Amino acid sequence: MARFNVLEHQMVPEHYLLSLEEEKEVLKQLNITRDQLPKLRMSDPAVRILRRIETDVKEGRIVRIIRESQTAGQTIIYRLLIRG
Amino acid sequence: MTRGISKTIDSIKFGLISPDEIRKMSATKVITADTYGDDGFPIELGLMDPHMGVIEPGLRCKTCGKRVEECPGHFGHIDLAMPVVHVGFIKDIKKLLQGTCGSCGRLLLTNEEIKEYMELISKTKELGADAIDMSVLTKDIAKDAATRRICPHCGAEQLKITLDKPTTFREAGHKLTPKEIRERLERIPDGDLPALGINPKTARPEWMILTSLPVPPVTVRPSITLESGDRSEDDLTHKLVDILRINQRLRENRDAGSPQLIVEDLWELLQYHISTYFDNQTAGIPPARHRSGRPLKTLVQRLKGKEGRFRSNLSGKRVNFSARTVISPDPILSINQVGVPEAASRELTVPFRVTANTIDLAKEMVRRGPSPEGVKYIPGVNYVIRPDGRRIKVTERNRETVSENLTIGSTVERQLMDGDIVLFNRQPSLHRMSMMAHEVRVMPHKTFRFNLCVCPPYNADFDGDEMNLHVLQSEEARAEAKIIMRVQENILSPRFGGPVIGGIHDHISGAFMLTYKNPLFTEDESVRILSKVKLLDLPEPSEIIDGVEYWRGKELFSLILPNDLNMSFRSSICEKCDVCTREKCEYDAYVRIKEGKLLVGTIDENAIGAFKGKLLDKIARDYGSDAAREFLDQATQIALGAIMVRGFTTGIDDEDIPKEAQNKIEAMLEDAKKEVDDLVQAYHDGLLEPMPGRSLEETLEVRAMSVLGRARDEAGQIAGQFLGMDNAAVRMARSGARGSMLNLSQMAGSIGQQAVRGERLSRGYWGRTLPHFKEGDLGSEAKGFVKNSYKSGLEPTEFFFHSMGGREGLVDTAVRTSRSGYMQRRLINALEDLKVIKNGRVVNTAGTIIQFLYGEDGTDPSRSVQGDAVRVDDVLREVLGDEVTDEMIELSMAGYGTYDRDMESFDTDEFDIENDEEGGD
Repeated sequence: MARFNVLEHQMVPEHYLLSLEEEKEVLKQLNITRDQLPKLRMSDPAVRILRRIETDVKEGRIVRIIRESQTAGQTIIYRLLIRG
Repeated sequence: MTRGISKTIDSIKFGLISPDEIRKMSATKVITADTYGDDGFPIELGLMDPHMGVIEPGLRCKTCGKRVEECPGHFGHIDLAMPVVHVGFIKDIKKLLQGTCGSCGRLLLTNEEIKEYMELISKTKELGADAIDMSVLTKDIAKDAATRRICPHCGAEQLKITLDKPTTFREAGHKLTPKEIRERLERIPDGDLPALGINPKTARPEWMILTSLPVPPVTVRPSITLESGDRSEDDLTHKLVDILRINQRLRENRDAGSPQLIVEDLWELLQYHISTYFDNQTAGIPPARHRSGRPLKTLVQRLKGKEGRFRSNLSGKRVNFSARTVISPDPILSINQVGVPEAASRELTVPFRVTANTIDLAKEMVRRGPSPEGVKYIPGVNYVIRPDGRRIKVTERNRETVSENLTIGSTVERQLMDGDIVLFNRQPSLHRMSMMAHEVRVMPHKTFRFNLCVCPPYNADFDGDEMNLHVLQSEEARAEAKIIMRVQENILSPRFGGPVIGGIHDHISGAFMLTYKNPLFTEDESVRILSKVKLLDLPEPSEIIDGVEYWRGKELFSLILPNDLNMSFRSSICEKCDVCTREKCEYDAYVRIKEGKLLVGTIDENAIGAFKGKLLDKIARDYGSDAAREFLDQATQIALGAIMVRGFTTGIDDEDIPKEAQNKIEAMLEDAKKEVDDLVQAYHDGLLEPMPGRSLEETLEVRAMSVLGRARDEAGQIAGQFLGMDNAAVRMARSGARGSMLNLSQMAGSIGQQAVRGERLSRGYWGRTLPHFKEGDLGSEAKGFVKNSYKSGLEPTEFFFHSMGGREGLVDTAVRTSRSGYMQRRLINALEDLKVIKNGRVVNTAGTIIQFLYGEDGTDPSRSVQGDAVRVDDVLREVLGDEVTDEMIELSMAGYGTYDRDMESFDTDEFDIENDEEGGD
């Protein structure tokens, strides 16, 4: 079976794994602690693809998602990877 | 009265109660199943033991010595002869039994694994996991442990433990008694429990097996004395009687050394009674019933569901200082006001503190008593609360003395008066505009009255609707309500960024009559119109014809517009011509307002209507809510003035059309019928070409539907040709006041095809809809086409078809309301704790971010222009002026216009062919 990369689908927004330095920067910029971030499960199809590309994709890491927004044109959001 | 917060709840901890604690908190042991003795007094050590609180006035509690009102009640307890499983913890008991060793009691994981899992738990917690995430995690750990066949600690082989619903556990088929289960749970060491999500300090697992049962205070299960003098006990007391009886028998049999079988049967029975005492709706257990056959309402039933403690007594409560009555309209009131009947005003009170500044007023009010005399309503006082907290009812007899003795620091509960801020609400409260703050106007008669413009947000009409009113009791509440909940602050809806409050029905008809084709009004008429609007003087006459002074409707309307208002838009009566002639519109459908003067155009639904009013929208947005309220009050009053001067009526003869039109419609319908017959013939002859992706039958249906649909529209058009703008019904439909052109064409022309689930009618008999038709008849009449109009009257078959179509509409609405109600409930539950904090972030009460910026653009939808943060056209118009902007808009529209027209000119078939040809490229 050919494996399908959901990130290549036009409906799926761009996902990037933040480096540890970027994580610090983002948390400082947003002025929040890690646990306040919205969550994203490890079993999410987009994360499973990320795991193939990046090394060290694990719980507690932060993913940056850039998506098209009806109201704002483009918007950047962050998700915290959690178990599941 | 103390105010403010003395303590705050930091956290809530839930745990299990231990048998020791049950006994420790117990005021008495309960042994006998009896309640009251022959003397009518409660029996000691019985279920109504006075140690557990009092319910009869006069008696004193034997534990705390207080009386009925003061004693909160005290728990008792029953010592169970044999331990029994608690039904509420079946799942947890199963998890524990399966996850731990049967002989040594350790968790079936190696010490390393436990350590690993504990680390995982603390890490998950650190990442902000909620209670649900944690329970999923611990469940997974338990599941992992349950797969081990051999205990890693003592090496004992693990037998399979199954749950035989509802309360029996089996180990490899062999039954485990609650006693054995308890022994096993006792063996589990404290150190292994956190991995399973259990805190051993607050919840030892063996406490899930009951050895003693708490008996709730009598105040929780009061018995009621019927008129006949008989006592009727609470359901919980009944259940406790059952438990005590069986408990007693079990103890006797066990102590007497009865056969194992009998003891086991009694044990099972005790288990049944205790299970149903907790939850009388457990799956697999027949519910315990009252003698009458009604199932008993036990503990879980008291809490669960819509009528349970949470939803009906804690989340929602009955309140004081509220009133409910029928509503009726009053166009004289401002949109901010509400008319309150005098009788209600006398009951509803507002408290105010007596200070050095208010003492004279307070004394005067108290002196009036609870029902001041006089033709005009003046507020009296119902209660005075003295500084020591004592509440004194003011009566006709004591009003003078209470007034004399009034001291600074008291609180006076004065009756409602004009200008008070109250909340006004109509259920179902589907959006925030269902509850708005109004200013009180005390009025005679018995209904609540309000301005008609406020009907749309409440979705109210006056066919018997009732509404609720709540009087605010604190200064903070009043200030808050006035700033954010007042009607004028809610003119613009956060739902679509337009007005939800606006003119309806006669307001629109009136504005239309005032402005359409700019009619002339005599001095007398003009004065009558303007007299409805306060503070307006008659301007200079617009025209003098033969020495008589006349005023133009548009000039009268311009009086209420802000002086610097500039805008233009298309009226509701716009014909949507191919080329818009704008100011020169022959239908007077292009509105242009310059410097507060209505130059051309008709004021109708698109100007002042609720949901659509562009003029109203612009004024609310640019001039603020005060100006919007004033404009709306004046616009509706001037419109009503106009409609009253000219008069307006509609009747069934508004749908009269000449004989020639009727003949024309009949001929046209006959043609349509023939066309359908031809289609059916073509279908039978096999000449019908199937449409792509459809069967032959479907093709026929689609084609027939479109032919008949077109026929109905054509009938409407023919009828419409004879119904001009001089026709009141047409004026209402076109101006948007009430009704639609479709309604009119169904009255005058033809009702058209009836449909169920979007298809022509087909069900009823074998192969036909009614016995009047032949089997397999696919013609227009046999499948539900109603060619008559409501006015000409329906044939019997047509009437039947119409009823079928109408039924579907009714069923749809009934199904939709219940479904959308539940959807709303779920949505509210999910969103209720979200809030926008100051940097525009949306967070929940746990502090977790839901949205980084509200709506991703941080725009308040009620300040938006139909959802957009800015409307560029308006900005251009302000900066560049009307002429340049119009030109620019025309230029940008030009492209669209031609494109649209090109698209329309394509015949569908032609289009397909062209597409096919291009497909090769």
